[in-house]
Amino acid sequence: MSGSDRPVLDGSSDGTSQCASARVQAPIGRRLLTVAGMDELGAYRVLRLSDPSGPRPQPGQFSMLTAAERWGGGEDDRPHVPRAFSVARWQDGEAHYLLEDVGPGTHRLCELRGGDEVWVLGPLGRGFTAPAEDQRAILVGGGVGIAPLAILQDTFGDHADTQGTVALLGFRDGAHTRGASLLRGAQVATDDGSVGHHGLVTDLLVRELDETPRAIVYACGPAPMLEATRAICGARDVPAQLALESGMACGFGACFGCVVPLRDGSYLRVCLDGPVIDAARLERVDAHAGAPA
Amino acid sequence: MSVSFCGLQLAHPVINASGTFDLLAANTAFGESLRERFPFAAFVSKTITLEPRKGNPPPRLWEAPAGLLNSIGLPNKGLQGYLANDLPAISELLGKVRAQPPVPLITNVMGSTAAEIAQLLNACEQREEISAVELNVSCPNVKTGLDIGADPVQLEVVVREVRPHLSKPLIVKLTPNTADVAACALAAQEGGADAISLINTLRAMAPGGGSPKPWLGGGTGGLSGPAIRPVALAQVAAAARRVSIPVVGMGGVQSAKHAQDLLDVGATLVAVGTESFRDPSAGSRIAHELSGAAETPANATPDHPGASTLLNLK
Repeated sequence: MSGSDRPVLDGSSDGTSQCASARVQAPIGRRLLTVAGMDELGAYRVLRLSDPSGPRPQPGQFSMLTAAERWGGGEDDRPHVPRAFSVARWQDGEAHYLLEDVGPGTHRLCELRGGDEVWVLGPLGRGFTAPAEDQRAILVGGGVGIAPLAILQDTFGDHADTQGTVALLGFRDGAHTRGASLLRGAQVATDDGSVGHHGLVTDLLVRELDETPRAIVYACGPAPMLEATRAICGARDVPAQLALESGMACGFGACFGCVVPLRDGSYLRVCLDGPVIDAARLERVDAHAGAPA
Repeated sequence: MSVSFCGLQLAHPVINASGTFDLLAANTAFGESLRERFPFAAFVSKTITLEPRKGNPPPRLWEAPAGLLNSIGLPNKGLQGYLANDLPAISELLGKVRAQPPVPLITNVMGSTAAEIAQLLNACEQREEISAVELNVSCPNVKTGLDIGADPVQLEVVVREVRPHLSKPLIVKLTPNTADVAACALAAQEGGADAISLINTLRAMAPGGGSPKPWLGGGTGGLSGPAIRPVALAQVAAAARRVSIPVVGMGGVQSAKHAQDLLDVGATLVAVGTESFRDPSAGSRIAHELSGAAETPANATPDHPGASTLLNLK
């Protein structure tokens, strides 16, 4: 593998440089990896790909995945283009991706078993940046959007020179709360009240912010959750980094399909200048810019 | 495998379709590996218009059966923004690509009147970084509302009027959304084009999911990918039969076989578009496969037509 695993000092494509080292570059061209295992996790699956020589992703970066066999011919003769997934974990030469079967692409990927092969392009996009020494990181996740928070906690959560992390995760029901095991010490909220707090994960966020003098929020999940997080943090002047999701065909800025509107009226390519974005750059989180609920 | 196209020497016959590969974005994503393993023998820019365009509101994509529907809306910084920012950056990057012969830049432009197009060509004429211009004629005429490239009479008039403004090669990118693409190909040649390229995307619509409002923010969009490959083959063949100038063929190319099919019906170059979304190195893979095919002697006995028909429906 010719890809470099050095973090690359990076200015965004519009010339601003807000997140040094939040991007590791991918080698051009997809690479064929073998499925090391597929683990059941309640309503989710964890796809483990053996990637011993691939570049180590930054938390929040993603990959484009394509099953090597039978990619196409599903519902509506899809999928055709690859599917984007945040890297959920990077350990022991494996990249982990959190899957939920919600469409023909995710359905096909969920069918994979050990020994099957997957085309992978990545790591792509701009990831999260580390909290400052005096900041306590609050991780807010919803549904399958909890994925990038796991690698974020692995990377930034246990540093002796930070204030540690607290993880707040929301799910629709009990079967989905199994996903919470991806993170350590998570507080859980459910829509149906079957596990943890009966209500929204952002209720937990408000409670946590009340008790945290210097906080930084990292969030990924459905658009309404991200929008509520943006509004709550904005009102309190708490910095927040949101990992957006948007339908994308390429993942490397070629198709211009995944844009979301910014506060200044321009469009941002989620794949290139995101998926992680400073919440202050958004007027609101676009309804199309979140993970499946 | 090297090929001559309108006086340009290219390492192989595979280039990119306009608007399907953003060089500066790819450099951000892939860095050195892009310059080491550049996928295309020439680089075609996305469409540049006189004024800046934001592009269409999202959603902009809809995955179709064996293809992709897009309604991007040609976002670009406008001519001045392109000349001042993107062009020098693209040119510098192409200069660093490890390829011999060097990768020339073809700038794609679009205007809604002959006067607008003339202005764009004048600017391209003056910049030595630009080796050739591709003219996107899938733009509605401001008076008639009809795409300039959809009507052969109108197309010939426009090409003839703008032609004197460019001494470099002028490629006219035809629209497939017309009654007779071969007539449009001939019109472009008669108007003075040095080459034609086709096919652009087919106009298509994504369902609104129970609502009369279509899914795409732009209403309708353009269909690309394998779904349009047989249409592309028919249109490239029809156009190539009618003209004597070189043809750039494209539409759903995913492999050397698909590229060869277009070359077989008369294309000089082949462009890769949607397949680059699936794999950014698709262009180099296809070029490599093509060169392998060129070195291998063809099968002594071609498949019997009847036999291949049977195999196709097996």
